[in-house]
Amino acid sequence: MNFDRMYGLFLRHFYLIKGSLPRVLDLIYWPSIQIILWGFISKFFTSYSDYYNNTVGIILTCAILYDFLFRSSISFNMLFLEEIWSRNFTNLFITPLKINEIIISLIATALIRTLIGLIPAIILTSPLFGVSILKLGFPLMLLFLSLYIFGITLGLLVSSGLLRYGPSFENIAWSSLFLLAPLGCIYYPIEILPNFFQVIAKGLPLVYIFDEARNILINGTINYQNLIFAYMLNLIYLVFGITMFYLCYSKAKEKGTLMNMGE
Amino acid sequence: MDNFLQIDSLKKSYNNNEAVKNISFFIKKNEVVGLLGPNGCGKTTTIGMILGLIKPTSGKIIINEKDIEKHKIEILNKINFISPYIELPKKLTVKQNLSIYARLYGVENFKNKIDYLCEKLRLKNIINNITGELSSGQKNRVSLAKAIINDPILLLLDEPTASLDPETGDFVRSFLENYQKEKGNSILLASHNMNEVERLCSSVLMMKEGKIIDSGSPKELIKKHGRKNLEEVFLKLTRKNEF
Repeated sequence: MNFDRMYGLFLRHFYLIKGSLPRVLDLIYWPSIQIILWGFISKFFTSYSDYYNNTVGIILTCAILYDFLFRSSISFNMLFLEEIWSRNFTNLFITPLKINEIIISLIATALIRTLIGLIPAIILTSPLFGVSILKLGFPLMLLFLSLYIFGITLGLLVSSGLLRYGPSFENIAWSSLFLLAPLGCIYYPIEILPNFFQVIAKGLPLVYIFDEARNILINGTINYQNLIFAYMLNLIYLVFGITMFYLCYSKAKEKGTLMNMGE
Repeated sequence: MDNFLQIDSLKKSYNNNEAVKNISFFIKKNEVVGLLGPNGCGKTTTIGMILGLIKPTSGKIIINEKDIEKHKIEILNKINFISPYIELPKKLTVKQNLSIYARLYGVENFKNKIDYLCEKLRLKNIINNITGELSSGQKNRVSLAKAIINDPILLLLDEPTASLDPETGDFVRSFLENYQKEKGNSILLASHNMNEVERLCSSVLMMKEGKIIDSGSPKELIKKHGRKNLEEVFLKLTRKNEF
C-alpha cells in the first residue's frame, strides 16, 4: 500500500470540504437538527414513560449513536457519489490507486466528514438538555467503533452497487439505512418486534450495540457479551462488504461501466 | 522489443454484441498512431481495455513488455489519458487538482512539476481558480496538464481538441507535437479531426464495426485509396457497403 496515493485521495475530499462553507454547514446542520428534535422527544418521554423514568438522555444518546452510524455510511457513499457527479470517476480509476488504498482512504475521509457533523451536535446536547454522551465513558468508544465499522460496511455495499450499476443506484444509497433502522432496535428493546423480525434483527450488530447503550445508561453496568457479539457480526459483514466491493469492481470492468461513469 | 504497445487478438463482447472483434496492432516507441472510425466502432472500448478499465473477453495487451492484466499498477503509473467526456473535480482549484493527481501518480518534486506545466500550458494566471469556472479551452489545458503530470511513456488521447475554438485547438496540437518530440513517448490518438490526425500521426488505424479495416501512414492511405485527403479516405472506408 502506498501512503502518498491514499493521502492524495483523502486530499481530494478534504479540499472539497475545506473550500466550501455551505458544505461544512450542511454537514453540521442535519445532525444538529436531528439531535435537537430527539432532545425534546427525549425530554417528553423521560417525564411520561415508566421505561425511561429517571434516565434522562437515553433516547437522545441513542439518537446520537444512530446519527453517527447514519453519517458514517452516508459519508462513505457521498465520497463515491461526488466522483460520479463530477465525472472524475474514470480519471481516478486509471491512476495506480489500488482498491484497498481506495477503501482505506475513504474510510479515513468518511470519519472526518462524520465527526465534523456530529461533534457540534454532541456539544449542543449539554447546554440544551443537560445530557452528555461522554458520561458513557470508555464503553462509548467501543460503541462508536462498532457503529463505525457497520456504517462503513453499509457504505461499502452501497458503493459496490454504484460501481456495478452506476448512478441509477443512487436512490438506494440514500435509503439503505432507513430500511435497517426499524430492525436495529435503536430506541426500543428487541422484544417489541414481532417474532419473525426478531430473528432477522438478531443477525444485525445494531441490536446488541443499542441494547448495550441502554443497559449502560439504565443499570450503570457493562455487558461485554453484547459488544463481543456486535464485533463478531461486524467482522462478518465487513468481510462480506469488502468481498462484494471487489466482486462489483470486477463486474464493472466486465460491463465497461468504469469508462465514462457519470450522471 | 520494438513494439511499445502490442495488442494481440483483442476481443470484447457485451452479452451477444461484439464491440471489438479480434483486433491486433502495435505502436512503436516514439510513435504517434491515430485510431479512426465512426461513432460506436469500438475506439473507446479499445482505449478502455488498454487502460485496464474494461476487461477484454479475450486477447492480450502488452505495454512496455508487460501484460496489463498482471502488472496493472506498474503500467498505470506510466500511462495516462485525456478525454472531453471525463473531467477533473469541478469545485477544486487547478492547483489542488494537479497536486492531488501528482500524489496519485507518485510524482517526485511535484510542486516544480506543476510550475513547469503551468508555464508550458499557459495556466499560471488560473492556477488558483476553481476548475469548474474555467472556459472549456482552459479546462482542456488543465486536463492535459493532468494527463502528462506523470510523464507518461504512453499517452492515450480521446478527441483531445473536441469542442475547442480553432486557436486553442491549434495550441493543444502544437503543444502535443512538441511534447512528443521532446519526451519521445508513444501516443494513441482517437479523433474525428482528420487534419489533426494528418498533422500529428505517423500511422493510422481505421476501425469499423469493431474491426481494423485498414492501416498505414496518412500519405500511404490517401495514395492507396486515390483520394485527396484523409477525410475522403475515412468517408470512403466507413461508408463502403453501408447501403
